[in-house]
Amino acid sequence: MTTAPHSLSKLIDLSWARVFAVFLKELVQMRRDRPTFAIMIMMPVMQLVLFGYAINTDPRHMPAVVEMREDGPLTRSFLASLAQSTYVDVIAITPRAEDGEAMIRSGQATFLISIPEGFERRLVRGERPQILIAADASDPVAAGGAIAAIQQVAAQAFAPEFQGSLSFLAPLPAPYEIVVHRRYNPAGVTAFNIVPALLGVILTMTMVMITSIALTRETERGTMENLLATPVRPLEVMIGKTTPYVFVGAVQVAIVLAVAMLLFRIPFTGSFLAFLIAVTLFILANLMLGYLISTVARTQMQAMQMTFFIFLPSILLSGFMFPFRAMPLWAQVIGEALPITHFLRIVRRSF
Amino acid sequence: MTDTVIDVRGLTKRFGDRTVVDQFDLKVPRGAIYGFLGPNGSGKTTTIRMVCGLLKPESGEGEVLGFDVLKESLKIKERVGYMTQKFSLYEDLSIRENLEFISRLYGLDRRAERVDQALADLGLSERQAQLAGKLSGGWKQRLALAACMIHEPELLLLDEPTAGVDPKARRDFWDAIRRYSAQGVTTLVSTHYMDEAVQCDSIAYIAYGKKLIDSPTAEIPKQIGLYGWSIAGRPLMRAQEMLEASPGVDLVARFGAEIHACGKDPAALERAVGAVKAAEPHVDITPIEAGFEEIFIYLMSGAMDNFQ
Ligand SMILES: Nc1ncnc2c1ncn2[C@@H]1O[C@H](COP(=O)(O)OP(=O)(O)OP(=O)(O)O)[C@@H](O)[C@H]1O
Ligand SMILES: [Mg+2]
Repeated sequence: MTTAPHSLSKLIDLSWARVFAVFLKELVQMRRDRPTFAIMIMMPVMQLVLFGYAINTDPRHMPAVVEMREDGPLTRSFLASLAQSTYVDVIAITPRAEDGEAMIRSGQATFLISIPEGFERRLVRGERPQILIAADASDPVAAGGAIAAIQQVAAQAFAPEFQGSLSFLAPLPAPYEIVVHRRYNPAGVTAFNIVPALLGVILTMTMVMITSIALTRETERGTMENLLATPVRPLEVMIGKTTPYVFVGAVQVAIVLAVAMLLFRIPFTGSFLAFLIAVTLFILANLMLGYLISTVARTQMQAMQMTFFIFLPSILLSGFMFPFRAMPLWAQVIGEALPITHFLRIVRRSF
Repeated sequence: MTDTVIDVRGLTKRFGDRTVVDQFDLKVPRGAIYGFLGPNGSGKTTTIRMVCGLLKPESGEGEVLGFDVLKESLKIKERVGYMTQKFSLYEDLSIRENLEFISRLYGLDRRAERVDQALADLGLSERQAQLAGKLSGGWKQRLALAACMIHEPELLLLDEPTAGVDPKARRDFWDAIRRYSAQGVTTLVSTHYMDEAVQCDSIAYIAYGKKLIDSPTAEIPKQIGLYGWSIAGRPLMRAQEMLEASPGVDLVARFGAEIHACGKDPAALERAVGAVKAAEPHVDITPIEAGFEEIFIYLMSGAMDNFQ
């Protein structure tokens, strides 16, 4: 052997003409299959809009109960600001802790703001007293937004009071401390968290399902037999058949990004290049998972069912729904094996 | 290049613990039209798939077009046209798109020209934009045939290519096969039609995975040695019952308004037919030569007995 192979494609005996033939064929079939094509494009839009209604990133008029153990100029000023703000509606002021607890448990109030005894005295002494906010975070996104708002309110309320003789209290850190207890959802998922994560879920769903179905269709309809009888190599079929779906994935990513940034005003703060690499790897990983399923599934129906074996853990064990570190070890091990887990980590840092 | 296009020896294929093809040998010379016959489930499709390298046999060896069936299946695939039993083109692609796809896979030059020619030969030029799935069954078969010939293969493996095709189209198809044969293209064709079987140069007959007959077509009747009588007239019901009960009659089959009774032992057969004539004087009896239809019905019923 004197001649070295000129390129990798020669080495593995790959013909790009045949890859292109399969690619073209797949494109035409995709175009003909209108319903599936519509689902691929509509799904990200629908999911985002649905989630968009659930996620109110600018919550207003959240019912709050204030438990006040003492009555002084500073606390009164805080109350006044609170009442003025549109974020929370103070529905009751009570000196008793039990009343506040009861209201939040019954769902009447979303927040319990408690100002402890001796708050003013300790504030003036510079002891950084605590304001406790107990939030019903079962509607986590809404609660998260309001918590941030209350912090703002506190800062505004106390700022004028710290002028003159108390001005030494003004510099950072704030002379008081707001302690937030998120109840019922310690992860505190927020909109900024959920929309980028939705990208992972949408891509997992469509990429795995569509590739596995597109490939199984060849076996189910008998066209694989004809394909195998031609000189086309398995690798060429694989590349040619999956490439169109890489583009579908890219379109979905563009849709989600556009909606996230335009509709929900989610800022993109991370490195766009890193994000692109992550998305590409993630799409490829999902395509390969779909390919794997298609080697086992005999019918399109089976392929669909097997997709859910990947889809469900992708939602439940990836950190999309529940905080990853809080899961039992076995669940974390499964989670680590899923592409979406790693994708979520990257994408949440990008936004 | 050798003049034996298919030369396989001892091909054996098992699915689970069932031996579907058992020690199959076949030699097909260049340019021959080789018929491949056998009852349903006898292993014809499985054998054809092994010959074109789609299926790895458990044991056996051989060469197709001079290439090793086990190791050089890619080279074989480039030179073979395989028409599957079940329609295996894309129903959601148009007729033209299907042909273009196949020609791309074979890396053919002058693609548009070839596809145009194939469409014209088929008489489908006007309907080329129609989806293949919308074609009738017979037209699908004709399209599939055109698709497996587009790369001008040296060997055609046709698995029941004319199932569901009308008689005129079947004739056209066989004329085409003979034309190819004259040009040196070899054909191995499985069929259940006896009128097609007689057009083959040679016939291999397989039952339950075992090859039972492999001879030039003209020699098969002599080889089987089946004698026949025709019983005509009416009513024939009782005659048929009597014949079926008689020893020495191996096959009783209705052919239109006649009954054909066949057997291996001419004397015993003549006695049985004579008895029928005596009991039912209104019927006419005439000795006939057993045709392929009778021979293969006889073989298939015999195979059942042997392998049950
Ligand atoms: N992939 C497979 N897995 C298991 N069994 C198979 C497979 N393919 C074929 N068989 C079995 O092998 C036997 C031979 O099948 P084959 O298709 O070769 O028969 P055939 O002669 O082509 O029949 P027909 O005339 O009906 O087309 C059948 O009993 C079939 O059930
Ligand atoms: Mg068959």
